[in-house]
Amino acid sequence: MPEQNVPCLEVRGLTGFYGETQALHGIDFVVQPGEAVCLLGRNGAGKTTTLRAVVGLLAKRRGHIAIDGRPTQGMAPEDIARLGVAYCPEERGIFASLDVEENLLLPPVLMPGGMTLEEIYTLFPNLKLRRKSPGTRLSGGEQQMLAIARILRTGAKLLLLDEPTEGLAPVIIEKIGEAIGILRQRGFTILMVEQNFRFASGVGDRFYVIEEGRVAEHFDRQTLATDHARIEALLGV
Amino acid sequence: MPDTLFGFPLAAIAGQVLVGMINGSLYALMSLGLAIIFGLLRVVNFAHGAQYMLGAFVAWGLLEYLGLNYWWALVLAPLVVGLSGVALERTLLRRLYHIDHVYALLLTFGFALILEGLFRYKFGATGQPYPNPIAGGLDTPMAFFPWYRLWVIAASMGMCILTWFVIERTKLGSYLRAATENPNLVRTFGVRVPRMLMLTYGLGVALAGFSGVMAAPIYQVNPLMGSQLIIVVFAVVVIGGMGSIVGAIVAGFGLGVLEGITKLVYPDGAGMVVFVVMLIVLAVRPQGLFGSLR
Repeated sequence: MPEQNVPCLEVRGLTGFYGETQALHGIDFVVQPGEAVCLLGRNGAGKTTTLRAVVGLLAKRRGHIAIDGRPTQGMAPEDIARLGVAYCPEERGIFASLDVEENLLLPPVLMPGGMTLEEIYTLFPNLKLRRKSPGTRLSGGEQQMLAIARILRTGAKLLLLDEPTEGLAPVIIEKIGEAIGILRQRGFTILMVEQNFRFASGVGDRFYVIEEGRVAEHFDRQTLATDHARIEALLGV
Repeated sequence: MPDTLFGFPLAAIAGQVLVGMINGSLYALMSLGLAIIFGLLRVVNFAHGAQYMLGAFVAWGLLEYLGLNYWWALVLAPLVVGLSGVALERTLLRRLYHIDHVYALLLTFGFALILEGLFRYKFGATGQPYPNPIAGGLDTPMAFFPWYRLWVIAASMGMCILTWFVIERTKLGSYLRAATENPNLVRTFGVRVPRMLMLTYGLGVALAGFSGVMAAPIYQVNPLMGSQLIIVVFAVVVIGGMGSIVGAIVAGFGLGVLEGITKLVYPDGAGMVVFVVMLIVLAVRPQGLFGSLR
């Protein structure tokens, strides 16, 4: 069996519930190793819920999720993490009772191949300057960088980023975009949720539009260039 | 040197400060355990007094049946009590995390009543004496300070500082602090948070067991010793701030001394001074002296 045919992440017929409310109605998509895939769509479409299902935080989930070909049904979040998935939540999740460096060193190294602290500080020099500050004293942009930086040491190959540009100034968004470019060169695979379509179209290889808990549309970067008007209409941007 | 201060004999003041520090040592250790457990598990551990009593009884039993002295008990009793806590968390408490925390509180309350009931049934309500492991004392012109009491104060302070250090200054402590804030996110980093909850409960309860061993030579070992202490300890925790490590330590020693001084100045008020402070704190600063509002 040739290894390269196994997707980094495969999601088939994923359904999910918050209490009694069904949020996902059968999501299908794949992420190949080394790709950057974006989930697009309006607020409440089910994008964040999809990421939470992948990392195991959505308790009521059905359907098939496999990481490097290994199904994760019934697995706890801490075991899914050990398959090489790392998650950067929308609210960033910086710990107020930890300083910047403690936040950065918190996630344990689970497998070889992660970045060193020095490499991370080279990528985000601001964090080195502020490494003794309490985590939540950072600006929004620095907190976002910290939230991404934190999951680069662990050896995880698949990074799930939930709205990494939300609420940030254009100059910071540009920096985040550059950083994601560097991470891709280093071989990280990225699954990203984005509302900022301009940003997403700059960093993504393939795009899935989620609507009401289903995949409504799927296209790649070439289609984006040739069919721009139709896609913008679809997203309502 | 004058031998009175504000009209009270210095010897009496020194004696009451010492008594206050002894009680404060127990308040601090006990509320520290409660604070750690509440911080991470969000469970108000009503079994804490019974687990303190268990620690004292294990120390007494080790001496009575196995001939193992106080110093053995100081190591073994917290271990036994801690393991019993791990078993309680593993078998019962864990099942209640997904519902309202009041249910966990009720469970620990019921567990405390059962444990105390069993010990009363077996040993009766009268106390079992426990010999003083360090005889003698420090004789100063002002007052006589028994060695054992000085040891309790020193050991309790040492244990408080050690616990504070582990939580605030080590890698292990950073997991604990992070999981206190956002347990689910810490799980996505691959940290086994459910196991952490279990061990944290065990550690908090072991501190109660340690307090019980410390108390055994001072008070008699009896099945209700915990239920008498725990009410004051809960007041101390509220004053210090629910879940605050520093708050538990400072409020523990501070209120112990305040109680001791009150015994001298206004003896009738000594039993209630802690609760008066609690009412004032709740009215003025409900999150406690060192607590934060969530």
